Amino acid sequence: MADTKTVLVLGGTSDIGRATALRYAEAGWAVQLAARDAAEGERVRADIATRTGVPVTLHRLDILDTAGFGAVLDGLPALPDTAVCVIGLLGEQARSEADPAEAARVMRSNFEGPALLLEALAARFAARGRGTLVGVSSVAGDRGRASNYVYGAAKAGLTAYLAGMRHRLARLGVTVITVKPGFVRTRMTAGMPLPGPVTAAPREVAEAIFRADARGRPRSLYVRRVWWPIMTLIRLLPEPVFLRTRL
Amino acid sequence: MMTDLCGWGRYPRLASDLLEPRRAEEVRQVQAARTGWVARGNGRAYGDAAIGLEATIGLRALDRMRHLDEAAGTLTAEAGVTLGEVIDALLPRGWFVPAVPGTQYVTLGGMVASDVHGKNHHATGGFGAHVRALTLVLPGGEVVRCSPQEKAALFRATIGGQGLTGSITEVTFGLMRVETGWIRQRTIATPDLATTIRVLAEAEAEATYSVAWIDSVARGARLGRGAVFLGEHATRADLAELAPGTDPRPRHRPARLGMSFDLPGFTLNRLSVGAFNELYWRKAAATRGPQLSAWSSYFFPLDGITDWNRMYGPRGFVQHQCVIPAPVAQDAVAEILRRVAAAGTASFLAVLKSLAHGHGLLSFPMPGLTLALDIRMTEETPALLAGLDRLVVEAGGRLYLAKDACQSPATFEAGYPALGAFRAIRREIGAEGRVTSRLSARLGI
Ligand SMILES: Cc1cc2nc3c(=O)[nH]c(=O)nc-3n(C[C@H](O)[C@H](O)[C@H](O)COP(=O)(O)OP(=O)(O)OC[C@H]3O[C@@H](n4cnc5c(N)ncnc54)[C@H](O)[C@@H]3O)c2cc1C
Ligand SMILES: NC(=O)c1ccc[n+]([C@@H]2O[C@H](COP(=O)([O-])OP(=O)(O)OC[C@H]3O[C@@H](n4cnc5c(N)ncnc54)[C@H](OP(=O)(O)O)[C@@H]3O)[C@@H](O)[C@H]2O)c1
Repeated sequence: MADTKTVLVLGGTSDIGRATALRYAEAGWAVQLAARDAAEGERVRADIATRTGVPVTLHRLDILDTAGFGAVLDGLPALPDTAVCVIGLLGEQARSEADPAEAARVMRSNFEGPALLLEALAARFAARGRGTLVGVSSVAGDRGRASNYVYGAAKAGLTAYLAGMRHRLARLGVTVITVKPGFVRTRMTAGMPLPGPVTAAPREVAEAIFRADARGRPRSLYVRRVWWPIMTLIRLLPEPVFLRTRL
Repeated sequence: MMTDLCGWGRYPRLASDLLEPRRAEEVRQVQAARTGWVARGNGRAYGDAAIGLEATIGLRALDRMRHLDEAAGTLTAEAGVTLGEVIDALLPRGWFVPAVPGTQYVTLGGMVASDVHGKNHHATGGFGAHVRALTLVLPGGEVVRCSPQEKAALFRATIGGQGLTGSITEVTFGLMRVETGWIRQRTIATPDLATTIRVLAEAEAEATYSVAWIDSVARGARLGRGAVFLGEHATRADLAELAPGTDPRPRHRPARLGMSFDLPGFTLNRLSVGAFNELYWRKAAATRGPQLSAWSSYFFPLDGITDWNRMYGPRGFVQHQCVIPAPVAQDAVAEILRRVAAAGTASFLAVLKSLAHGHGLLSFPMPGLTLALDIRMTEETPALLAGLDRLVVEAGGRLYLAKDACQSPATFEAGYPALGAFRAIRREIGAEGRVTSRLSARLGI
């Protein structure tokens, strides 16, 4: 089929990445998975190929190895139509406070790596004059909070970076979409008590990404709408009030 | 983390440590580190089979499909993949699963461990007959492959072995070709038990799928009246004849109706069930000619109502499923139906089917008739069940471990003559004292 589209999922071994890749595959897209863990990557690759019958390829990627990005992209069988980056690292706030190396790893995994990789893809998409970039950021980036501001700040950086790319690339035919999932039941949040009504399943995030891509409108979105009023309120809380909260 | 676990019947509820490995390698580690555990799939066994004495190893995260071999007609998948996922993925490509239970929300591991039977057991055997190979993590953590050819004795113990030989992490099984996702169904209403059994027996020779629904409230001359449903996979020609223009591959639509709360236990009584059954029987009697039924509503009618198990109230319910050798089946089934009707604990579900031989040492199926009844748990239920169990033992029958919550060790031993051989294999692989479910502890397996 000449008109088969291809999606590249960066972070294909995460629960959200796997669900996203499967969602595109179910719609007939060929899939490229990029992941650091080869064994887990192969498990997901075979699963999606078996479930859907579409071609799925696996590519090694370490988001901290920024110098290797060019080679990773050159190694893809084709330049994808859409790239979705779900790579991220929650880390532990207390550890990041105490250990600068750990804090740097969290910052680089959530901001530096994803931003630079998406930038490299943007150049190729812009040269082609077409393409969609989806970055998974977080509500944690909407306002720095005591409980996770190292992660939050890195996500805030990614959110701002994506906004800037969206602004720059819109006139070059490249659509940039920011997705803030809110709470999602995944490996990252396993064992945490998550409030049901604002917690999404990985599949829901995948569906939101797929739909936003299909619409093709450059924008930033929350997966569950309730996050908009929640985060607007949190952002607008005056500092003296905010300081008394435990968030 | 200690969690209260129960089966589909929500009786009994028992505390167990729930461990959820994310990949096969972690299953090995968990098993080697602990004792008193058993594997758990999707928790669709009714009673205590999937609750570990100390720890329960939940295997739903092993949910990756690995390989569809279209030439051989086999699928290899991790054991936590559900039947529904398999059908969703493969029916669009013309494949179906040759033995399916009454719900699609079971895992492949659970289907192997119970050697599940479908409405075609008399013709094509149970799921165990279609398993080509298994990957099994032995009690001490060693990973082995077994099949009808390799480690055949261990294979036969694992098929239908209720998880008591270790955790199954991967299954390769045979698929069947179908032209459409529809079933061509015929309905025969039957006025009494003798007719129901005769129609079922006659159906064995000609129909691929057959099952009888029984009006469990009917008494006297109407005892055992019901409806026999016969089915064949519809061909494209059938579709053209019966419903031109129909989508040959209907997709499963997730359940809309749901029970988000427990019905008070008294809602299901003789009157309400009796009224429903009367309507249902009349509808069956009025059905003429073949009809088309989508795969989901033919094989998994109850899946259309999420959490229907809450219908029996907060104390839960048990399913009593026995199989009785054909020559004495009619008398035994009649007596069981009589006692259940007399006890007034209306059974909403009563199903009768024919079975052939099972494929594992502890497999439930044997040639005869199987009767399944859902019974609400009350103070009187244990005594009622004990009486039914005596009838089953006298008739030379047995109870299905996947449904069981109450039988005695004596009832179990009488029904399962291969128990000695099963225990010997458990000893050999170091499962004794290590792999223990609440069911195996209760029955002394
Ligand atoms: C509505 C309904 C209808 C049903 N209809 C039928 C029917 O028509 N025919 C029929 O045969 N059965 C039927 N069943 C029973 C059901 O098919 C079995 O109980 C099946 O084993 C459940 O699978 P599960 O994945 O939920 O396993 P669980 O209930 O979680 O476990 C069942 C048993 O399998 C073992 N097990 C599960 N996974 C593994 C694994 N990976 N490795 C080793 N052991 C494992 C457990 O230790 C336990 O002993 C029905 C159940 C329901 C709720
Ligand atoms: N879960 C939530 O509640 C939530 C909420 C908001 C936003 N998010 C975001 O959603 C995304 C997906 O998260 P998730 O919940 O699905 O959790 P996850 O499974 O922990 O996903 C993180 C992914 O990033 C990958 N990764 C981390 N460091 C990497 C590195 N150095 N090189 C390559 N890959 C690396 C991980 O790879 P491995 O598989 O090899 O570990 C994993 O695939 C993340 O960006 C996360 O921040 C999640």
